[in-house]
Amino acid sequence: MRYALLINNAEPAPGEIPAQAIDEMKAAIRAYTDALQAAGVLVAAEILASPTATQTVTRRDGDLRVQEGPFAETREALAGVFVLDVADHDAAMAWAEKLPATQYAVVEVRRSVLSCVDGVWSD
Amino acid sequence: MSGPIDGDPRPAHAPARSFAERAARESYGRLLAVLAAPTHDLAGAEDALADAFERALTRWPGDGVPRDPDGWLLTVARNRQRDRWRSAAARTSVPFDDAVHDVVAPDGTVPPLRDRRLELLLVCAHPEINRSVHAALMLNTVLGYTAGQIGHAFAIPGGTMAARLVRAKRRIRERELPFAIPGVDELPTRIAPVLEAIYAAYSIEWPRVDRAHRALLLGLGEVLTEVAPDSAEAHGLVAVMALSSARLPARTDGHGRFVPLPEQDPARWDPDLISRAHEHLRSAHRLGEVGRFQLEAAISAVHCARPPGRAPDWLTLRPLHEALQAVAPTLGGAVAVSAVVAEIDGPAAGLARLDGVVGAERFQPAWVTRAHLLDRLGRGGEAAAAFDKAITLTVDPAERRHLQERLAAVDRS
Repeated sequence: MRYALLINNAEPAPGEIPAQAIDEMKAAIRAYTDALQAAGVLVAAEILASPTATQTVTRRDGDLRVQEGPFAETREALAGVFVLDVADHDAAMAWAEKLPATQYAVVEVRRSVLSCVDGVWSD
Repeated sequence: MSGPIDGDPRPAHAPARSFAERAARESYGRLLAVLAAPTHDLAGAEDALADAFERALTRWPGDGVPRDPDGWLLTVARNRQRDRWRSAAARTSVPFDDAVHDVVAPDGTVPPLRDRRLELLLVCAHPEINRSVHAALMLNTVLGYTAGQIGHAFAIPGGTMAARLVRAKRRIRERELPFAIPGVDELPTRIAPVLEAIYAAYSIEWPRVDRAHRALLLGLGEVLTEVAPDSAEAHGLVAVMALSSARLPARTDGHGRFVPLPEQDPARWDPDLISRAHEHLRSAHRLGEVGRFQLEAAISAVHCARPPGRAPDWLTLRPLHEALQAVAPTLGGAVAVSAVVAEIDGPAAGLARLDGVVGAERFQPAWVTRAHLLDRLGRGGEAAAAFDKAITLTVDPAERRHLQERLAAVDRS
């Protein structure tokens, strides 16, 4: 079963987080992904660029519209995603609790209802 | 600079720098507690103390180390505090309260230094302060570790840790949280959160904490038994941390594989830490008050008393586990009782006990115990399913490999 761990946090101001702190968090995430890899449950992980470096695309009102920046006005935005393939929801939760990003972010745990694997959609 | 600096310095060839550095390590918390207690201003007291240490490093190599280095540092720091208050008073017209701010006696002498570190520990664990920062705040203020060092030990970015510490200190000042020791009757309940905070920080198991982290908290526990020698549970806490640290080297084998407690080689346990734990257990015993940490330490001590290749003394362990569940019931404790019952009354009795444990469905150790007991009962299929579930809930790679080996060995016929 696939689950997405969605990391949501406020965008830090430039220079707000010292370089050493960033290195420490990178090391913690590295150890975490090593454990996921060793468990054979890691599908993919992405850390996303700032929401300000985002374009939005929609054809919701019929015409193609491309805009700079996100629409969201909340302070916190999606900043990263881990996709896991685990046995059940309990296992997804066990991993989510250990995600180092929980120290500064809110992590949503959501099951995938449909997944495209090797070009094939399946539930 | 003003104030009664010791007029009879030692010879100037004294190794002033190393002396000041040692004073910094040994006296930091003692001095900070005295400086911060009347004002609730930890950050201000830290600044004043940092100034005093800096001044010591420039003055002592030339002038010699004073006869009472702590008194010297304290006086310089207090003068620095007073300078700030005076200028603040001049700027804001806030009345300057000599009773609070001026602690030098009228005849100009410094009163003997009272150890106020227990008050400092109690403030750090005050309910108004976020629980997650209690232990870190104690390490920072009582032992003088920097946010970076603590962050490293807790696997939290140093900047994040620094921000948490600043917030907590601001709260102590704004709420004027009291630096006070309660009466003897009330003391155990007031010390309880201090113990809980140290133990909770000690028990963090992810991100993987290193030995330095455990050593820091063990040191903090030792300070607590120094300033509250009559707290039986403080001794119990140090004992349980020392015993668990003693077994760390045996927890994985030469290939990094997890080794469960009953299979560990006692020769790889740390004998010094074990004997230190026993000293604290004896101190606790003399005080005649049984509590959760002493019971946990006693359980740990029975395991550590096992000769190589032999089973632990289950008959002694059972009443200890049951007493622990009565005093401080936990999910882990309930599962442990099931495991001990299984060793004495057989796996079926242990399994029946485990079935009665509420909330074990998502609890990894409960699934490990269940799998183990089903395997011993020859119920291979069910044992394999329980091992599977335990493996999916395991986030520790070494333990996962161990469980996978156990699963592979299950006879499913």
